[in-house]
Amino acid sequence: MSPHELHSYNLSHLKLLESEAIYIFREVAAQFEKPVLLFSGGKDSICLVRLAQKAFFPAKIPFPLMHVDTGHNFPESIEYRDSLAKEVGAELIVRSVQDTIDQGRAQEEKGPNPSRNAIQSITLLDGIEELGFDAAIGGARRDEEKARAKERFFSHRDEFGAWDPKNQRPELWNLYNGKKQMGEHFRVFPISNWTEMDVWQYIAQEEIPLPSIYFSHKREVVDRDGMLLAKSDFITLLKGEQYEEKVIRYRTLGDMTCTGAVESEANSIEDIIQEVASARITERGGRADDKRSEAAMEERKIQGYF
Amino acid sequence: MTNVRKRQWKKEKYKDTFRMDQEFSKNYLDMDLLRFTTAGSVDDGKSTLIGRLMYDSKSIFEDQMEAIEESSKRRGDENLNLALLTDGLKAEREQGITIDVAYRYFATPRRKFIIADTPGHIQYTRNMVTGASTANLAIILVDARNGVIEQTCRHAFIASLLRIKHLVVCVNKMDLVDFQEEPFLKIQEEFAAFTSKLDITDIRYIPISALKGDNVVDKSSNMPWYNGATLLYTLENVQIASDRNFIDGRFGVQGVIRPMSDKYHDFRGYSGKVEGGIFRPGDEVMVMPSGLTSKIKSIESFEGQLKEAFPPMSICMTLEDDIDISRGDMICRPNNHPDATQDLDLMVCWLNQSALKPGGKYLIRHSSNEARCVVKGVRYKMDINTLHRLEDDREIGLNDIGRIFLRAAKPLMVDPYKKNRNTGSVILVDEFTNETVAAGMVI
Repeated sequence: MSPHELHSYNLSHLKLLESEAIYIFREVAAQFEKPVLLFSGGKDSICLVRLAQKAFFPAKIPFPLMHVDTGHNFPESIEYRDSLAKEVGAELIVRSVQDTIDQGRAQEEKGPNPSRNAIQSITLLDGIEELGFDAAIGGARRDEEKARAKERFFSHRDEFGAWDPKNQRPELWNLYNGKKQMGEHFRVFPISNWTEMDVWQYIAQEEIPLPSIYFSHKREVVDRDGMLLAKSDFITLLKGEQYEEKVIRYRTLGDMTCTGAVESEANSIEDIIQEVASARITERGGRADDKRSEAAMEERKIQGYF
Repeated sequence: MTNVRKRQWKKEKYKDTFRMDQEFSKNYLDMDLLRFTTAGSVDDGKSTLIGRLMYDSKSIFEDQMEAIEESSKRRGDENLNLALLTDGLKAEREQGITIDVAYRYFATPRRKFIIADTPGHIQYTRNMVTGASTANLAIILVDARNGVIEQTCRHAFIASLLRIKHLVVCVNKMDLVDFQEEPFLKIQEEFAAFTSKLDITDIRYIPISALKGDNVVDKSSNMPWYNGATLLYTLENVQIASDRNFIDGRFGVQGVIRPMSDKYHDFRGYSGKVEGGIFRPGDEVMVMPSGLTSKIKSIESFEGQLKEAFPPMSICMTLEDDIDISRGDMICRPNNHPDATQDLDLMVCWLNQSALKPGGKYLIRHSSNEARCVVKGVRYKMDINTLHRLEDDREIGLNDIGRIFLRAAKPLMVDPYKKNRNTGSVILVDEFTNETVAAGMVI
């Protein structure tokens, strides 16, 4: 075949990443009995839903979506979650951290911005156990954080839901090993190889609508150690702090207690892409949960965090 | 010496290089993807090279840089320790070693890159094989002062075994040999002599200084005798499209899609990835292992029907006839299909602490297929330093490479690995621990 002929058989990086993710989704459907897609309402899990639609088209997504509701979510994100689940015709399961706390299975953190980030792992593992899921599909990416850079597509969890990063199964070619013992499960990350930019470009290419808080808007925020936290019932102002109105948007969606906003006028996906292209800080740089220690993410993941 | 070399990074640390060009994103929607792996022995500057590529392509962010700086300080490293950027696990940082393959990402306006960064010492064969299995290209680092050493040969052998088509030999630390051509030529000669025994077609040699940046991104003025391309230019321009197999139609069926909805009442599609060849509606196909034939009715996707599908597209195919097809079957061509065979001859790399048990039973995974198998025997073990076949040492343990033969409980549709990486590769899984214990390539 001549190079000229071959030229038309090139696939863009987005198409290659998409094809890889679809392949993973189909492997999950085939290798596991009861998978679930962990849906947070963030851009990564929104991409996951689109990829799952493509993987099984024209059939519906053959597994439910599950959201672990910390109770500290942005209301815009909850609204979006509900309408998306309806649109794709998927069953939506919600498990709430508040319930876990009320049942005495976890304790609320103390402090001026108590985070429920760590204890949501308990709710998640409870949900997985209660409903008997054997594969939980998530939107984590390897470029997000250094512990995640070591993560497999098919990531084994023992009967306690724990990750053993030093003893992972090697993953070669396109051969994924989802074998497990009773009571164990897998976390599966179809967009492992995507970067933040890839996600945004994919959203642009696919014209996927997003929750409004990803775009520029006015909001009252407090500047805490360089992080702009949104005004909410979950935040207590410290001495000398005050709310001020700023034009901001979110690069990543987590809890209101630990997700910092960025000052931005970016109003369209194209603006955001421009902004991401010139960004000098990684997206998780705005996440207080990662800053607690150098191995914060790794430690949470070992405990069963997503 | 190390300290002086590392300090270079400090000087230009806050040079305004983090910001990406705005043009960048405009060109970003339609880019190529190149996966490469980096191999090198301890202290050959691998971390520095990766750091340099990411740094010069503006892929290291400020907060990452700050975090590295802070941990360097805390650890008592006098200077910035770029290995901290690639060492993701706590144990790795504590022990100052890389345990596992780490994946790194960077992009230039031309291409997006995925680096499989494999550790230099611990578990290294296992990790390099893993990283190499998905790579289009391998960078092999050689210290200009040390020349071609045993490890270099091992790296080259593994790259050829995994059939990485493109090899870039970076002769690093040229600054420490005064940018002289002689050591470079000597390494080139030695490496070429060794690799003449191997099956690698595209080998390029680049003299670099990862630390100072010579010939990494920018052309070096210190080596006027070198007329070739820089490393980044090479990575951006190497042709990889023809590395895929467009000839032999192979489509491993991952699943059957039956919507059973009003709109798609009788729809029955086969999902999978094109692993070889080009498929078009109207094409005659043969389903293996049954040997039944039909024609492609349509190629479906979320965006609508497609005129053709080629590797590595994930698609859904419908056929004219209602024949029995399920996961693990392979859709091929009537006059071009692999044999369905239960007896396999493999080169394996052993990945697990517990050694291969001759006569032992394992699970074998191939494409979308899975079967039980029994290892009938070991033909020889490979001495990967000398390339000798050790016929009287047949114990295959962790990090060993050897040739084995096995029998599967059902027929598998395999191609020789050299013909097709997708349909010529298998993994073995331990039936009791469920661990992936071996990577195999069909002879």
